[in-house]
Amino acid sequence: MRKVQSLVIGAGPAGLAATIEIAKGGGEVVLIDENAKPGGQLFKQIHKFFGSKEHRAGIRGYDIGTQLLAETTSSGAEVLLDSPVYGVYPHNEGIMVSYLHREQEKALLAEKVILASGGMENTLSFPGSTLPGIMGAGCAQTMINVNRVLPGKKVIMVGSGNVGLIVSYQLMQAGADVLALIEGAPSIGGYGVHAGKIRRAGTPIKVSHTIKRALGENQVEAVEIVQVDDKFRPLAGTEEIIAADTVCIAVGLSPLTELAWLCGCEFTYIPLLGGHVPIHNENMETSVPGIYVAGDIAGVEEASTAMEEGRLAGIAVAQALGLYPPEEAVPLKEEVWNRLNTLRTGPFGQKRFDAKVELLQAAKGGN
Amino acid sequence: MNEGVKYTGIPSAEELKTCPGVVSVSRLEKGPVAVIECVQQIPCNPCEKACPFGAITVGQPITSLPVINEEKCTGCGLCIACCPGLAIFRVHKNYTETTSLVDFPFEYYPSPQEGSVVDCVGRDGQFITKGKVNKVKKNKQSDGTTVVSVEVPKKYCMEVRSIYRK
Repeated sequence: MRKVQSLVIGAGPAGLAATIEIAKGGGEVVLIDENAKPGGQLFKQIHKFFGSKEHRAGIRGYDIGTQLLAETTSSGAEVLLDSPVYGVYPHNEGIMVSYLHREQEKALLAEKVILASGGMENTLSFPGSTLPGIMGAGCAQTMINVNRVLPGKKVIMVGSGNVGLIVSYQLMQAGADVLALIEGAPSIGGYGVHAGKIRRAGTPIKVSHTIKRALGENQVEAVEIVQVDDKFRPLAGTEEIIAADTVCIAVGLSPLTELAWLCGCEFTYIPLLGGHVPIHNENMETSVPGIYVAGDIAGVEEASTAMEEGRLAGIAVAQALGLYPPEEAVPLKEEVWNRLNTLRTGPFGQKRFDAKVELLQAAKGGN
Repeated sequence: MNEGVKYTGIPSAEELKTCPGVVSVSRLEKGPVAVIECVQQIPCNPCEKACPFGAITVGQPITSLPVINEEKCTGCGLCIACCPGLAIFRVHKNYTETTSLVDFPFEYYPSPQEGSVVDCVGRDGQFITKGKVNKVKKNKQSDGTTVVSVEVPKKYCMEVRSIYRK
């Protein structure tokens, strides 16, 4: 079996950043992804990113993707595409990673593995929720921004996190009308400036509202929404029917953790990070020696934090491979931690900062 | 119903009044100036680097609200297209005796035609007044964000923030 120093699973923002850092340190690294193209969700992000100007803020997501791909290519890392990983097995000679490529089973033996599998959209069930025309907001975003197909003309968005707000805006940029954005909580979940964009475009944001049912014969033709009280109970008499041909669901993401479960990582449950997350230490290493995590699998956050976590895991792997002496690795990691800490400040970031502290505490045996 | 950006997506009058990016009434009289309607602490600072005159400060931590220096701001408008939140506008209140210019970011197709009369809207997307498109700016630096300048009756210069998209 072919042996490699390190292997990164998932070529999204976290995986690409991790790969670049390992290669920068002089390590041999294979980046593997199940998709035909690398970049994860970056290439459907057509908006300018937030964050620090020094670290690509103000640049559109797909341009950040292009930059990361160019860096990956020039770093000399090997990229395996069309290769879904189905098994990660810690082994006395290393970590065996099994994957499919063109319907053939293959395997590699790596000294270190970084899991950067990302997250998956949550779903919502309600009467009529299986009708065609009802889809995840991320799905609609892929349709318009990657495949250039408009899913419908009259859209109802469910969920006011940044995904719901951004995708609403992008659906309007693509030529659809977003008739309303509804949110069960009494306040908007995402950034006010994203909400401001769609308000200026005429989309009402209805907080304390939920979707009661979708109506239609062969596809969604209308939705019934209803106001809810502070315990999320529908208020009779507040129902409203809106004609729509598309309903997008943006009710959060969950970490894609199957591979981490499979290889025996210890988990903890932190709702704010999306549910069950593998416990990791300050080096992003899990409870299984040699297996690291980065990005949404380690707690759902933003692309900006995913890239920083990827860098951190990459540097830690390079150090663990003996490529950096501690006196070089420590300041490098500290720099990344400082940036992560800054990204996790403010009314939105502080809660994620606290949740991440809880996760790190769990690694120290606090769980 | 609760007011404010957290509940409606629109900064309330109170939030705008205390916002360090929104200039004073007296500064508005003196000539074109940036109006940064950024009222929520999010990790973001491209506006700081966008200003060639050092008139915008975010500093540390990165979630601090941008502060505008009224004296340093020349009203050049370069910051408008650099804000990922599309929350920066330029207001030239005394453009003529009766009209003002309001510049805002616009990322929809088609762009409006210079010289055409358009429906101008407020922060809530509702119609406020007719206005004349004074300029449509697109350049490489603004990376796909068009900056549209509309001429509107003076009394609406702090209300008009966009136009109907077609």
